[in-house]
Amino acid sequence: MLAGLVFLAALAPFLFPEDPTEPRFERVLRPPSWEHPLGTDNLGRDLLTRVAYGGRVSFLIGLLAVATSAAVGVPVGLLSGYYGGRFDLLVQRLVDLLLAFPGFLLALTLVAVLGVGVTNVVVAVGLASAPVYVRLVRGVALSVRNQTFVEAARALGASDRRILFRHVLPNCTAPVIVQSTLQLGTAILTAAGLGFLGLGVKPPTPEWGTMLGEGQTYLFSSWYMATFPGLAIFLSVLAFNLLGDGLRDALDPRMKLA
Amino acid sequence: MSGYILRRLVLAVPTLVGVTVVVFALIRLIPGDPARLVLGLQASEEEVQRLRVQLGLDQPLPVQYARFLARLLQGDLGRSVVTGEPVLREIGARLPATVQLAVTSTVVATLAGVAAGVVSATRQYSWWDYAVMTVALFGISLPVFWLGLMLMLLFSVHLRWLPAGGYGTPAHLVLPTVTLAAFSVAIIARMTRSSLLEVLHQDYVRTAWAKGLNSRAVVLRHALKNALIPVVTVIGLQFGGLLGGAILTETVFAWPGMGRLLVGAIVARDYPVVQGTVLVFAALFTLVNLAVDVLYAYVDPRIHYG
Repeated sequence: MLAGLVFLAALAPFLFPEDPTEPRFERVLRPPSWEHPLGTDNLGRDLLTRVAYGGRVSFLIGLLAVATSAAVGVPVGLLSGYYGGRFDLLVQRLVDLLLAFPGFLLALTLVAVLGVGVTNVVVAVGLASAPVYVRLVRGVALSVRNQTFVEAARALGASDRRILFRHVLPNCTAPVIVQSTLQLGTAILTAAGLGFLGLGVKPPTPEWGTMLGEGQTYLFSSWYMATFPGLAIFLSVLAFNLLGDGLRDALDPRMKLA
Repeated sequence: MSGYILRRLVLAVPTLVGVTVVVFALIRLIPGDPARLVLGLQASEEEVQRLRVQLGLDQPLPVQYARFLARLLQGDLGRSVVTGEPVLREIGARLPATVQLAVTSTVVATLAGVAAGVVSATRQYSWWDYAVMTVALFGISLPVFWLGLMLMLLFSVHLRWLPAGGYGTPAHLVLPTVTLAAFSVAIIARMTRSSLLEVLHQDYVRTAWAKGLNSRAVVLRHALKNALIPVVTVIGLQFGGLLGGAILTETVFAWPGMGRLLVGAIVARDYPVVQGTVLVFAALFTLVNLAVDVLYAYVDPRIHYG
Protein backbone atom coordinates (compact mmCIF):
# COMPACT_ATOMS: atom_id res chain seq x y z
CA MET A 1 0.00 0.00 0.00
CA LEU A 2 2.75 2.40 1.00
CA ALA A 3 4.78 1.36 -2.01
CA GLY A 4 1.79 2.08 -4.23
CA LEU A 5 1.31 5.55 -2.81
CA VAL A 6 4.99 6.40 -3.01
CA PHE A 7 5.10 5.02 -6.56
CA LEU A 8 2.14 7.18 -7.55
CA ALA A 9 3.72 10.27 -6.04
CA ALA A 10 7.21 9.64 -7.36
CA LEU A 11 6.16 8.96 -10.91
CA ALA A 12 3.43 11.60 -11.05
CA PRO A 13 5.07 13.64 -13.84
CA PHE A 14 5.41 10.53 -16.03
CA LEU A 15 2.01 9.04 -15.35
CA PHE A 16 0.03 12.25 -15.56
CA PRO A 17 1.11 14.58 -18.31
CA GLU A 18 -1.26 17.34 -17.25
CA ASP A 19 -0.11 20.37 -15.28
CA PRO A 20 -1.58 19.99 -11.77
CA THR A 21 -1.92 23.76 -11.32
CA GLU A 22 -3.19 24.93 -14.72
CA PRO A 23 -6.92 25.82 -14.61
CA ARG A 24 -9.16 24.28 -17.29
CA PHE A 25 -12.41 26.16 -17.04
CA GLU A 26 -14.21 24.17 -19.72
CA ARG A 27 -14.51 21.14 -17.43
CA VAL A 28 -14.97 22.31 -13.83
CA LEU A 29 -16.38 20.01 -11.11
CA ARG A 30 -16.88 16.93 -13.26
CA PRO A 31 -17.77 13.83 -11.26
CA PRO A 32 -15.50 10.77 -11.56
CA SER A 33 -15.52 9.23 -15.03
CA TRP A 34 -13.27 7.07 -17.23
CA GLU A 35 -11.47 10.15 -18.39
CA HIS A 36 -11.04 11.59 -14.89
CA PRO A 37 -11.22 8.67 -12.43
CA LEU A 38 -11.47 10.98 -9.41
CA GLY A 39 -13.26 13.83 -11.15
CA THR A 40 -12.11 17.42 -11.65
CA ASP A 41 -11.98 20.28 -9.16
CA ASN A 42 -13.50 23.76 -9.11
CA LEU A 43 -10.86 25.00 -11.55
CA GLY A 44 -11.21 22.02 -13.87
CA ARG A 45 -7.99 20.35 -12.79
CA ASP A 46 -7.87 16.55 -12.86
CA LEU A 47 -8.10 15.35 -9.25
CA LEU A 48 -6.12 12.16 -9.80
CA THR A 49 -3.25 14.24 -11.15
CA ARG A 50 -3.49 16.62 -8.21
CA VAL A 51 -3.69 13.84 -5.62
CA ALA A 52 -0.59 12.22 -7.14
CA TYR A 53 1.34 15.49 -7.21
CA GLY A 54 -0.02 16.33 -3.76
CA GLY A 55 1.57 13.14 -2.50
CA ARG A 56 4.96 14.47 -3.54
CA VAL A 57 4.39 17.61 -1.49
CA SER A 58 2.86 15.83 1.52
CA PHE A 59 5.50 13.09 1.69
CA LEU A 60 8.26 15.64 1.24
CA ILE A 61 6.91 17.81 4.04
CA GLY A 62 6.51 14.76 6.27
CA LEU A 63 10.06 13.54 5.62
CA LEU A 64 11.67 16.93 6.06
CA ALA A 65 9.66 17.67 9.20
CA VAL A 66 10.65 14.36 10.79
CA ALA A 67 14.27 14.95 9.76
CA THR A 68 14.09 18.37 11.40
CA SER A 69 12.71 17.01 14.67
CA ALA A 70 15.29 14.24 14.75
CA ALA A 71 18.12 16.62 13.86
CA VAL A 72 17.18 18.88 16.75
CA GLY A 73 15.92 16.29 19.21
CA VAL A 74 18.49 13.50 18.93
CA PRO A 75 21.67 15.51 19.72
CA VAL A 76 19.98 17.44 22.51
CA GLY A 77 18.58 14.26 24.04
CA LEU A 78 21.91 12.49 23.68
CA LEU A 79 23.89 15.20 25.45
CA SER A 80 21.20 15.71 28.03
CA GLY A 81 21.02 12.05 28.96
CA TYR A 82 24.75 11.37 28.79
CA TYR A 83 26.09 14.32 30.70
CA GLY A 84 23.15 14.85 33.03
CA GLY A 85 23.63 17.61 35.54
CA ARG A 86 22.54 21.18 35.05
CA PHE A 87 22.31 21.03 31.29
CA ASP A 88 19.99 18.05 31.57
CA LEU A 89 17.84 19.83 34.12
CA LEU A 90 17.55 22.90 31.92
CA VAL A 91 16.69 20.86 28.84
CA GLN A 92 14.11 18.81 30.69
CA ARG A 93 12.35 21.89 32.04
CA LEU A 94 12.26 23.31 28.52
CA VAL A 95 10.85 20.05 27.17
CA ASP A 96 8.24 20.03 29.93
CA LEU A 97 7.25 23.52 28.90
CA LEU A 98 6.92 22.65 25.24
CA LEU A 99 4.96 19.53 26.10
CA ALA A 100 2.56 21.76 28.03
CA PHE A 101 1.30 22.80 24.61
CA PRO A 102 -0.79 20.32 22.66
CA GLY A 103 1.31 19.37 19.60
CA PHE A 104 -1.02 20.72 16.96
CA LEU A 105 -1.42 23.99 18.85
CA LEU A 106 2.36 24.43 18.97
CA ALA A 107 2.70 23.82 15.24
CA LEU A 108 -0.19 26.18 14.57
CA THR A 109 1.35 28.92 16.73
CA LEU A 110 4.72 28.50 15.04
CA VAL A 111 3.06 28.88 11.64
CA ALA A 112 1.27 31.96 12.92
CA VAL A 113 4.67 33.37 13.84
CA LEU A 114 6.64 32.21 10.81
CA GLY A 115 3.97 32.59 8.13
CA VAL A 116 2.71 30.03 5.63
CA GLY A 117 4.62 28.17 2.92
CA VAL A 118 6.37 24.81 2.55
CA THR A 119 9.54 25.71 4.46
CA ASN A 120 7.71 27.24 7.39
CA VAL A 121 5.32 24.31 7.66
CA VAL A 122 8.30 21.94 7.76
CA VAL A 123 10.02 24.00 10.46
CA ALA A 124 6.82 24.37 12.50
CA VAL A 125 5.81 20.71 12.36
CA GLY A 126 9.42 19.62 12.90
CA LEU A 127 10.10 21.81 15.90
CA ALA A 128 6.74 21.00 17.46
CA SER A 129 7.63 17.30 17.68
CA ALA A 130 11.34 17.68 18.54
CA PRO A 131 10.63 17.30 22.31
CA VAL A 132 9.43 13.74 21.65
CA TYR A 133 12.90 12.84 20.35
CA VAL A 134 14.66 14.60 23.20
CA ARG A 135 12.68 12.51 25.69
CA LEU A 136 13.20 9.26 23.79
CA VAL A 137 16.94 9.58 23.20
CA ARG A 138 17.60 10.95 26.66
CA GLY A 139 15.95 7.89 28.14
CA VAL A 140 18.17 5.54 26.16
CA ALA A 141 21.34 7.55 26.86
CA LEU A 142 20.51 7.58 30.55
CA SER A 143 20.08 3.83 30.71
CA VAL A 144 23.17 3.09 28.63
CA ARG A 145 25.46 5.56 30.36
CA ASN A 146 26.27 3.39 33.33
CA GLN A 147 26.32 0.01 31.68
CA THR A 148 29.44 -2.10 31.75
CA PHE A 149 30.40 -1.73 28.12
CA VAL A 150 30.38 2.04 28.39
CA GLU A 151 32.44 1.88 31.56
CA ALA A 152 34.83 -0.45 29.82
CA ALA A 153 35.18 1.96 26.94
CA ARG A 154 35.82 4.78 29.37
CA ALA A 155 38.39 2.70 31.24
CA LEU A 156 40.17 2.10 27.95
CA GLY A 157 40.54 5.84 27.65
CA ALA A 158 37.90 6.50 25.02
CA SER A 159 36.86 10.13 24.76
CA ASP A 160 33.31 11.22 25.53
CA ARG A 161 32.89 12.00 21.90
CA ARG A 162 33.91 8.51 20.87
CA ILE A 163 31.69 6.89 23.49
CA LEU A 164 28.73 8.98 22.40
CA PHE A 165 29.07 8.14 18.73
CA ARG A 166 30.31 4.56 18.94
CA HIS A 167 28.40 3.26 21.94
CA VAL A 168 25.47 5.40 22.97
CA LEU A 169 24.15 6.52 19.61
CA PRO A 170 23.87 3.04 18.08
CA ASN A 171 21.66 2.02 20.96
CA CYS A 172 19.29 4.79 20.06
CA THR A 173 18.95 3.78 16.42
CA ALA A 174 16.16 1.24 16.76
CA PRO A 175 13.81 3.35 18.89
CA VAL A 176 14.54 6.43 16.77
CA ILE A 177 13.70 4.58 13.55
CA VAL A 178 10.49 3.20 15.01
CA GLN A 179 9.52 6.58 16.38
CA SER A 180 10.31 8.30 13.08
CA THR A 181 8.06 5.99 11.13
CA LEU A 182 5.15 6.65 13.46
CA GLN A 183 6.09 10.32 13.51
CA LEU A 184 5.92 10.49 9.71
CA GLY A 185 2.23 9.69 9.89
CA THR A 186 1.71 12.32 12.57
CA ALA A 187 3.72 14.90 10.62
CA ILE A 188 1.66 14.33 7.47
CA LEU A 189 -1.52 14.65 9.55
CA THR A 190 -0.36 17.86 11.23
CA ALA A 191 0.79 19.43 7.97
CA ALA A 192 -2.48 18.46 6.31
CA GLY A 193 -4.38 19.95 9.24
CA LEU A 194 -2.54 23.24 8.78
CA GLY A 195 -3.25 23.08 5.05
CA PHE A 196 -6.91 22.42 5.72
CA LEU A 197 -7.09 25.58 7.83
CA GLY A 198 -5.53 27.50 4.96
CA LEU A 199 -2.32 27.92 6.97
CA GLY A 200 -0.16 25.42 5.16
CA VAL A 201 1.13 25.27 1.63
CA LYS A 202 -0.11 28.09 -0.56
CA PRO A 203 -2.41 27.27 -3.48
CA PRO A 204 -2.18 26.43 -6.33
CA THR A 205 0.49 23.98 -5.16
CA PRO A 206 -1.32 20.67 -4.70
CA GLU A 207 -1.11 19.49 -1.09
CA TRP A 208 -3.62 17.06 0.38
CA GLY A 209 -4.70 19.18 3.33
CA THR A 210 -5.05 22.34 1.27
CA MET A 211 -7.02 20.42 -1.38
CA LEU A 212 -9.36 19.13 1.33
CA GLY A 213 -9.89 22.67 2.56
CA GLU A 214 -10.81 23.76 -0.97
CA GLY A 215 -13.05 20.72 -1.26
CA GLN A 216 -15.01 21.63 1.84
CA THR A 217 -16.49 24.61 0.02
CA TYR A 218 -17.91 22.30 -2.63
CA LEU A 219 -18.83 19.43 -0.29
CA PHE A 220 -22.55 19.61 -0.90
CA SER A 221 -22.37 19.75 -4.69
CA SER A 222 -19.19 17.83 -5.47
CA TRP A 223 -18.36 15.21 -2.87
CA TYR A 224 -15.33 13.88 -4.74
CA MET A 225 -13.28 17.05 -4.28
CA ALA A 226 -12.88 16.56 -0.53
CA THR A 227 -13.20 12.78 -0.45
CA PHE A 228 -10.14 11.70 -2.42
CA PRO A 229 -7.40 13.90 -0.97
CA GLY A 230 -8.60 12.88 2.51
CA LEU A 231 -8.59 9.22 1.53
CA ALA A 232 -4.99 9.66 0.37
CA ILE A 233 -4.01 11.18 3.73
CA PHE A 234 -5.81 8.41 5.61
CA LEU A 235 -4.19 5.62 3.61
CA SER A 236 -0.68 7.07 3.91
CA VAL A 237 -0.96 7.63 7.65
CA LEU A 238 -2.41 4.15 8.06
CA ALA A 239 0.48 2.73 6.06
CA PHE A 240 3.07 4.51 8.20
CA ASN A 241 1.35 3.40 11.39
CA LEU A 242 1.29 -0.21 10.23
CA LEU A 243 4.93 0.01 9.21
CA GLY A 244 5.83 1.60 12.55
CA ASP A 245 3.96 -1.04 14.55
CA GLY A 246 5.63 -3.78 12.54
CA LEU A 247 9.10 -2.26 12.91
CA ARG A 248 8.57 -1.84 16.63
CA ASP A 249 7.68 -5.47 17.06
CA ALA A 250 10.66 -6.52 14.95
CA LEU A 251 13.35 -4.13 16.20
CA ASP A 252 12.44 -3.31 19.72
CA PRO A 253 10.28 -5.80 21.58
CA ARG A 254 10.62 -3.77 24.76
CA MET A 255 8.53 -1.00 23.28
CA LYS A 256 5.64 -3.33 22.57
CA LEU A 257 3.10 -1.59 24.68
CA ALA A 258 -0.21 -0.58 23.29
CA MET B 1 -3.24 13.55 50.45
CA SER B 2 -4.23 17.20 50.65
CA GLY B 3 -0.55 18.01 51.16
CA TYR B 4 0.23 16.22 47.93
CA ILE B 5 -2.46 18.08 46.06
CA LEU B 6 -1.18 21.37 47.40
CA ARG B 7 2.38 20.51 46.40
CA ARG B 8 1.28 19.60 42.89
CA LEU B 9 -0.61 22.86 42.62
CA VAL B 10 2.44 24.82 43.69
CA LEU B 11 4.58 22.90 41.20
CA ALA B 12 2.18 23.80 38.41
CA VAL B 13 2.84 27.50 38.94
CA PRO B 14 6.35 27.53 37.38
CA THR B 15 4.97 25.60 34.41
CA LEU B 16 2.20 28.12 33.93
CA VAL B 17 4.67 31.01 34.24
CA GLY B 18 6.93 29.22 31.74
CA VAL B 19 4.00 28.91 29.38
CA THR B 20 3.48 32.67 29.52
CA VAL B 21 7.19 33.22 28.75
CA VAL B 22 7.04 30.88 25.74
CA VAL B 23 3.89 32.48 24.36
CA PHE B 24 5.23 35.98 24.97
CA ALA B 25 8.54 35.13 23.30
CA LEU B 26 6.88 33.44 20.31
CA ILE B 27 4.62 36.38 19.60
CA ARG B 28 7.58 38.77 19.85
CA LEU B 29 9.50 36.63 17.35
CA ILE B 30 7.11 37.62 14.60
CA PRO B 31 9.18 39.45 12.04
CA GLY B 32 8.29 43.07 11.53
CA ASP B 33 6.91 45.80 13.71
CA PRO B 34 3.59 44.83 15.35
CA ALA B 35 2.44 48.43 15.34
CA ARG B 36 3.13 48.71 11.62
CA LEU B 37 1.33 45.41 11.04
CA VAL B 38 -1.71 46.72 12.86
CA LEU B 39 -1.89 50.08 11.15
CA GLY B 40 -0.91 49.01 7.67
CA LEU B 41 1.54 50.48 5.21
CA GLN B 42 -0.37 53.71 4.64
CA ALA B 43 -0.05 54.89 8.24
CA SER B 44 2.41 57.69 8.93
CA GLU B 45 5.55 57.16 10.97
CA GLU B 46 4.11 59.32 13.77
CA GLU B 47 0.96 57.25 14.10
CA VAL B 48 3.02 54.08 14.23
CA GLN B 49 5.27 55.61 16.88
CA ARG B 50 2.27 56.67 18.93
CA LEU B 51 0.82 53.14 18.85
CA ARG B 52 4.22 51.72 19.76
CA VAL B 53 4.27 53.87 22.89
CA GLN B 54 0.63 53.06 23.57
CA LEU B 55 1.29 49.31 23.32
CA GLY B 56 4.49 49.67 25.35
CA LEU B 57 6.59 48.39 22.48
CA ASP B 58 9.21 51.10 23.02
CA GLN B 59 10.25 49.49 26.31
CA PRO B 60 12.95 46.79 26.68
CA LEU B 61 11.66 43.19 26.41
CA PRO B 62 11.94 42.26 30.12
CA VAL B 63 9.92 45.35 31.01
CA GLN B 64 7.36 44.43 28.36
CA TYR B 65 7.13 40.93 29.77
CA ALA B 66 6.74 42.18 33.35
CA ARG B 67 3.93 44.48 32.25
CA PHE B 68 2.32 41.68 30.26
CA LEU B 69 2.44 39.36 33.27
CA ALA B 70 1.13 42.03 35.64
CA ARG B 71 -1.83 42.71 33.36
CA LEU B 72 -2.40 39.01 32.88
CA LEU B 73 -2.70 38.51 36.63
CA GLN B 74 -5.42 41.15 36.64
CA GLY B 75 -7.21 39.25 33.92
CA ASP B 76 -6.25 41.72 31.22
CA LEU B 77 -5.18 40.06 27.97
CA GLY B 78 -5.23 43.23 25.89
CA ARG B 79 -7.66 44.18 23.18
CA SER B 80 -8.34 42.62 19.83
CA VAL B 81 -6.75 44.65 17.07
CA VAL B 82 -9.65 43.81 14.77
CA THR B 83 -12.77 44.25 16.89
CA GLY B 84 -11.36 46.40 19.70
CA GLU B 85 -13.04 44.12 22.23
CA PRO B 86 -11.07 42.95 25.28
CA VAL B 87 -9.46 39.61 24.40
CA LEU B 88 -10.66 38.10 27.65
CA ARG B 89 -14.28 38.84 26.77
CA GLU B 90 -13.87 37.30 23.31
CA ILE B 91 -12.37 34.18 24.83
CA GLY B 92 -15.02 34.07 27.54
CA ALA B 93 -17.70 34.07 24.87
CA ARG B 94 -16.09 31.15 23.04
CA LEU B 95 -14.66 29.05 25.86
CA PRO B 96 -17.91 27.31 26.93
CA ALA B 97 -18.50 25.90 23.44
CA THR B 98 -15.00 24.44 23.31
CA VAL B 99 -15.20 23.04 26.82
CA GLN B 100 -18.59 21.49 26.05
CA LEU B 101 -17.23 19.82 22.94
CA ALA B 102 -14.04 18.64 24.65
CA VAL B 103 -15.86 17.28 27.70
CA THR B 104 -18.55 15.37 25.79
CA SER B 105 -15.87 13.96 23.49
CA THR B 106 -13.76 12.88 26.45
CA VAL B 107 -16.75 11.18 28.08
CA VAL B 108 -17.76 9.44 24.85
CA ALA B 109 -14.16 8.44 24.11
CA THR B 110 -13.64 7.05 27.60
CA LEU B 111 -16.84 5.01 27.64
CA ALA B 112 -16.46 3.68 24.11
CA GLY B 113 -12.71 3.18 24.39
CA VAL B 114 -12.80 1.29 27.67
CA ALA B 115 -15.74 -0.86 26.51
CA ALA B 116 -13.98 -1.72 23.26
CA GLY B 117 -10.76 -2.47 25.13
CA VAL B 118 -12.52 -4.80 27.54
CA VAL B 119 -14.27 -6.65 24.72
CA SER B 120 -10.96 -7.00 22.93
CA ALA B 121 -8.91 -8.14 25.92
CA THR B 122 -11.41 -10.68 27.25
CA ARG B 123 -11.62 -12.28 23.84
CA GLN B 124 -7.97 -12.07 22.88
CA TYR B 125 -7.14 -13.26 19.34
CA SER B 126 -10.82 -13.73 18.56
CA TRP B 127 -12.66 -12.24 15.65
CA TRP B 128 -13.90 -9.50 18.01
CA ASP B 129 -10.40 -8.65 19.10
CA TYR B 130 -9.17 -8.28 15.52
CA ALA B 131 -12.19 -6.20 14.57
CA VAL B 132 -11.71 -3.79 17.47
CA MET B 133 -7.98 -3.47 16.90
CA THR B 134 -8.43 -2.89 13.18
CA VAL B 135 -10.99 -0.17 13.79
CA ALA B 136 -8.68 1.33 16.41
CA LEU B 137 -5.81 1.42 13.91
CA PHE B 138 -8.09 3.18 11.45
CA GLY B 139 -9.06 5.56 14.22
CA ILE B 140 -5.53 6.75 14.88
CA SER B 141 -4.86 7.17 11.15
CA LEU B 142 -7.94 9.18 10.21
CA PRO B 143 -7.50 12.90 9.70
CA VAL B 144 -10.16 14.41 12.00
CA PHE B 145 -11.17 17.05 9.51
CA TRP B 146 -11.72 14.48 6.80
CA LEU B 147 -13.69 12.21 9.10
CA GLY B 148 -15.83 15.24 9.98
CA LEU B 149 -16.49 16.05 6.34
CA MET B 150 -17.31 12.45 5.48
CA LEU B 151 -19.73 12.13 8.42
CA MET B 152 -21.30 15.38 7.34
CA LEU B 153 -21.65 14.08 3.80
CA LEU B 154 -23.35 10.92 5.01
CA PHE B 155 -25.57 12.14 7.85
CA SER B 156 -26.33 15.68 6.77
CA VAL B 157 -26.28 15.62 3.00
CA HIS B 158 -27.50 12.10 2.15
CA LEU B 159 -29.52 10.93 5.14
CA ARG B 160 -30.47 14.42 6.34
CA TRP B 161 -30.51 13.18 9.93
CA LEU B 162 -28.28 15.75 11.54
CA PRO B 163 -27.37 19.39 10.95
CA ALA B 164 -24.12 19.99 9.06
CA GLY B 165 -22.90 22.69 11.36
CA GLY B 166 -23.79 25.28 13.92
CA TYR B 167 -24.38 25.26 17.61
CA GLY B 168 -27.22 25.10 20.10
CA THR B 169 -29.26 21.90 20.15
CA PRO B 170 -28.03 18.44 21.18
CA ALA B 171 -28.34 17.39 17.54
CA HIS B 172 -25.66 19.91 16.67
CA LEU B 173 -23.35 18.29 19.16
CA VAL B 174 -23.49 14.74 17.76
CA LEU B 175 -21.29 14.93 14.68
CA PRO B 176 -18.55 17.15 16.16
CA THR B 177 -18.38 14.92 19.23
CA VAL B 178 -18.09 11.71 17.24
CA THR B 179 -15.50 13.31 14.95
CA LEU B 180 -13.38 14.60 17.78
CA ALA B 181 -13.71 11.48 19.92
CA ALA B 182 -12.68 8.99 17.21
CA PHE B 183 -8.93 9.35 17.72
CA SER B 184 -9.15 9.14 21.50
CA VAL B 185 -11.49 6.13 21.37
CA ALA B 186 -8.84 4.32 19.39
CA ILE B 187 -5.98 5.22 21.73
CA ILE B 188 -7.98 4.44 24.87
CA ALA B 189 -9.17 1.10 23.44
CA ARG B 190 -5.59 0.06 22.65
CA MET B 191 -4.35 1.10 26.07
CA THR B 192 -7.22 -0.59 27.92
CA ARG B 193 -6.67 -3.80 25.99
CA SER B 194 -2.95 -4.08 26.70
CA SER B 195 -3.31 -2.99 30.30
CA LEU B 196 -6.18 -5.36 31.00
CA LEU B 197 -4.36 -8.27 29.36
CA GLU B 198 -1.43 -7.69 31.66
CA VAL B 199 -3.62 -7.57 34.76
CA LEU B 200 -5.64 -10.64 33.78
CA HIS B 201 -2.49 -12.75 34.08
CA GLN B 202 -1.80 -11.75 37.65
CA ASP B 203 -2.18 -14.00 40.67
CA TYR B 204 -4.98 -12.17 42.40
CA VAL B 205 -7.12 -12.48 39.28
CA ARG B 206 -6.48 -16.20 39.24
CA THR B 207 -7.54 -16.28 42.89
CA ALA B 208 -10.76 -14.52 42.01
CA TRP B 209 -11.45 -17.12 39.33
CA ALA B 210 -10.63 -19.88 41.77
CA LYS B 211 -13.12 -18.50 44.24
CA GLY B 212 -15.72 -19.31 41.62
CA LEU B 213 -16.70 -15.75 40.82
CA ASN B 214 -18.41 -15.26 37.52
CA SER B 215 -16.48 -13.65 34.72
CA ARG B 216 -18.34 -10.36 35.01
CA ALA B 217 -17.24 -9.93 38.63
CA VAL B 218 -13.66 -10.96 37.92
CA VAL B 219 -13.18 -8.72 34.93
CA LEU B 220 -15.16 -5.69 35.96
CA ARG B 221 -14.65 -5.59 39.69
CA HIS B 222 -11.20 -7.06 40.14
CA ALA B 223 -9.19 -6.70 36.97
CA LEU B 224 -10.54 -3.59 35.31
CA LYS B 225 -10.11 -1.44 38.40
CA ASN B 226 -6.36 -1.88 38.32
CA ALA B 227 -6.11 -1.95 34.57
CA LEU B 228 -7.63 1.51 34.36
CA ILE B 229 -4.75 3.18 36.20
CA PRO B 230 -2.54 3.69 33.13
CA VAL B 231 -5.66 4.43 31.11
CA VAL B 232 -6.36 7.45 33.30
CA THR B 233 -3.00 8.94 32.34
CA VAL B 234 -3.67 8.36 28.67
CA ILE B 235 -7.03 10.06 28.93
CA GLY B 236 -5.32 13.10 30.42
CA LEU B 237 -2.73 13.19 27.67
CA GLN B 238 -5.45 12.67 25.10
CA PHE B 239 -7.06 15.84 26.27
CA GLY B 240 -4.21 17.78 24.67
CA GLY B 241 -4.73 16.02 21.38
CA LEU B 242 -8.42 16.68 21.79
CA LEU B 243 -7.82 20.42 22.14
CA GLY B 244 -5.70 20.35 18.98
CA GLY B 245 -8.35 18.33 17.20
CA ALA B 246 -11.00 20.72 18.45
CA ILE B 247 -9.38 23.52 16.44
CA LEU B 248 -9.95 21.46 13.27
CA THR B 249 -13.33 20.05 14.27
CA GLU B 250 -14.69 23.49 15.11
CA THR B 251 -13.61 24.73 11.70
CA VAL B 252 -15.34 21.84 9.93
CA PHE B 253 -18.63 22.18 11.78
CA ALA B 254 -18.69 25.98 12.20
CA TRP B 255 -18.65 25.42 15.95
CA PRO B 256 -18.30 28.80 17.71
CA GLY B 257 -15.42 27.84 20.01
CA MET B 258 -11.92 29.01 20.79
CA GLY B 259 -10.36 27.02 17.97
CA ARG B 260 -12.16 29.03 15.35
CA LEU B 261 -11.37 32.21 17.22
CA LEU B 262 -7.67 31.28 17.10
CA VAL B 263 -7.66 30.36 13.41
CA GLY B 264 -9.55 33.52 12.51
CA ALA B 265 -7.11 35.59 14.55
CA ILE B 266 -4.10 34.00 12.85
CA VAL B 267 -5.54 34.75 9.43
CA ALA B 268 -6.38 38.33 10.45
CA ARG B 269 -2.97 38.78 12.17
CA ASP B 270 -4.81 39.72 15.33
CA TYR B 271 -1.88 38.92 17.62
CA PRO B 272 -3.38 39.86 20.99
CA VAL B 273 -6.15 37.34 20.32
CA VAL B 274 -3.67 34.70 19.11
CA GLN B 275 -1.59 35.25 22.24
CA GLY B 276 -4.62 35.02 24.52
CA THR B 277 -6.17 31.91 23.00
CA VAL B 278 -2.88 30.01 22.87
CA LEU B 279 -2.29 30.91 26.48
CA VAL B 280 -5.74 29.72 27.54
CA PHE B 281 -5.38 26.47 25.56
CA ALA B 282 -2.02 25.70 27.16
CA ALA B 283 -3.25 26.62 30.64
CA LEU B 284 -6.29 24.38 30.18
CA PHE B 285 -4.09 21.47 29.14
CA THR B 286 -1.71 22.01 32.07
CA LEU B 287 -4.56 22.13 34.57
CA VAL B 288 -6.19 19.00 33.16
CA ASN B 289 -2.92 17.12 33.46
CA LEU B 290 -2.58 18.37 37.00
CA ALA B 291 -6.05 17.06 37.77
CA VAL B 292 -5.10 13.73 36.22
CA ASP B 293 -1.97 13.51 38.38
CA VAL B 294 -4.03 14.12 41.47
CA LEU B 295 -6.66 11.63 40.37
CA TYR B 296 -3.91 9.15 39.68
CA ALA B 297 -2.64 9.34 43.23
CA TYR B 298 -6.20 8.78 44.38
CA VAL B 299 -6.76 5.73 42.17
CA ASP B 300 -3.40 4.13 42.83
CA PRO B 301 -2.57 4.01 46.55
CA ARG B 302 0.87 2.62 45.72
CA ILE B 303 1.94 6.09 44.64
CA HIS B 304 3.62 7.80 47.51
CA TYR B 305 3.17 11.45 47.87
CA GLY B 306 6.86 11.94 48.62
